[in-house]
Amino acid sequence: MAMEMRLPVARKPLSESLDRDTKKHLVVPGDTITTDTGFMRGHGTYMGEEKLIASVAGSVERVNKLICVKALKTRYNGEVGDIVVGRITEVQQKRWKVETNSRLDSVLLLSSMNLPGGELRRRSAEDELAMRGFLQEGDLISGVLVQVSPSLVKRQKTHFHDLPCGASVILGTNGFIWIYPTPGHKEEDAGGLTANLEPVSLADREVISRLRNCIVSLVTQRMMLYDTSILYCYEASLPHQIKDILKPEVMEEIVMETRQRLLEQEG
Amino acid sequence: MASVALSEAEKVYIVHGVQEDLRVDGRGCEDYRCVEVETDVVSNTSGSARVKLGHTDILVGVKAEMGTPKLEKPNEGYLEFFVDCSANATPEFEGRGGDDLGTEIANTLYRIFNNKSSVDLKSLCISPREHCWILYVDVLLLECGGNLFDTISIAVKAALFNTRIPRVRVLEDEEGSKDIELSDDPYDCIRLSVEHVPCIVTLCKIGYRHVVDATLQEEACSLASLLVSVTSKGVVTCMRKVGKGSLDPESIFEMMETGKRVGKVLHASLQSILHKEESLGPKRQKVGFLG
Repeated sequence: MAMEMRLPVARKPLSESLDRDTKKHLVVPGDTITTDTGFMRGHGTYMGEEKLIASVAGSVERVNKLICVKALKTRYNGEVGDIVVGRITEVQQKRWKVETNSRLDSVLLLSSMNLPGGELRRRSAEDELAMRGFLQEGDLISGVLVQVSPSLVKRQKTHFHDLPCGASVILGTNGFIWIYPTPGHKEEDAGGLTANLEPVSLADREVISRLRNCIVSLVTQRMMLYDTSILYCYEASLPHQIKDILKPEVMEEIVMETRQRLLEQEG
Repeated sequence: MASVALSEAEKVYIVHGVQEDLRVDGRGCEDYRCVEVETDVVSNTSGSARVKLGHTDILVGVKAEMGTPKLEKPNEGYLEFFVDCSANATPEFEGRGGDDLGTEIANTLYRIFNNKSSVDLKSLCISPREHCWILYVDVLLLECGGNLFDTISIAVKAALFNTRIPRVRVLEDEEGSKDIELSDDPYDCIRLSVEHVPCIVTLCKIGYRHVVDATLQEEACSLASLLVSVTSKGVVTCMRKVGKGSLDPESIFEMMETGKRVGKVLHASLQSILHKEESLGPKRQKVGFLG
């Protein structure tokens, strides 16, 4: 058995360990961004006393004449085309209430669900009564859910990734990340709603646990999450034991290596 | 207790993982998460400690005050526990929501300290039947991430280790009235011996096996848990079962043996970290809450 106790260590400011050419302009609510009145106000700013003042804590982004402040930690703000992972919290008439880490609960209508067997027909009263059979409170399919801040998930072309290590990952833009074992063969005819309760093999489990710990370490070091960063972090973590990844010094080492590899890849 | 909604499939995943001794974060069934201990974080207390175990954050403050001893124990001082579940931890604790959990934890603490050897209460006596030291131990739950009882007991032990009670002398006047004199030197104080202070080890029954240091998700999968209070020598001072499920007497025995084993290692690590912190001396850099 392992038991480790340590004394707390003050966090090092991140900018010391990175060399950034462009320093980000960070503001907190109430900070003046600029006194120049020629700019248009974007999200996260307001005009007060002839100055542009920030209303959220984040970094200032400027596009030509538009100034906005992108908050570092927010609730999820949906956009058309986003992929989200949600947890069912309530079953109501003709719809489900889904928790997606946004300001309000999301709603999933019965009419937008794919029926089992892939039929296309009008939803009848029997379908309404069978709603609980499709999706119940707390439902999801077999795997592990990791909750992170929505601002850390990079928007990409596709959010469903089959990683070469043996697990698949769905990066919801709302910060919910679903890690599950890669299914052996795709089942197209079931309509996408099968509960797979077979036991997961030990090797798959190790991969999933390792991925989960890697994602947690990337989030702690405020790195953007996308398939390449997660994969590089996984590979960097292989020499360590799974449970050691969450130790602060191992976490820093792995994320540093990931960062270097990503920079090399870009440059 | 703070609860988290989990689907059947997630619970099955966790239960199967525990069977194979590989939990969701890669730990084995008897592994603890990384613990961070810091003492002397609150300046206006006689002793304080802050313990972080994963997402669980506990702050304990000990204040020593003079008072009259209890009638049935005139030669001893005593400890009073109060647990505050702050609404910062989870929204469920808002208003009076955290009171039930708070009283439950306080009662457990009273029980584990309710024996002659945990703390030397005779050393807290100033003059029999008249004056004694009362130690008010206040526990504050800052964040709730599973395994509250273990973390609280570690924090209470660390805070008692850090407690410094001013040395007092009782002076007799010619008329016979007693006067209490505080020593002039602010660093002249007595320390408590925490050698026999017990720590709680929570063992959650998940499936057919039991785990130590369960996270919130694992606690949601377990129907019954056993709280075992163990001293550094492996002596069990008290045991309590929580949860609506039942436990087989054989598994209770197994869990108790695991609790004793784990408890001894827990005490050894805690003792070494507390001595290490003390050896750094007054020049140690305090991290506190803004680190």
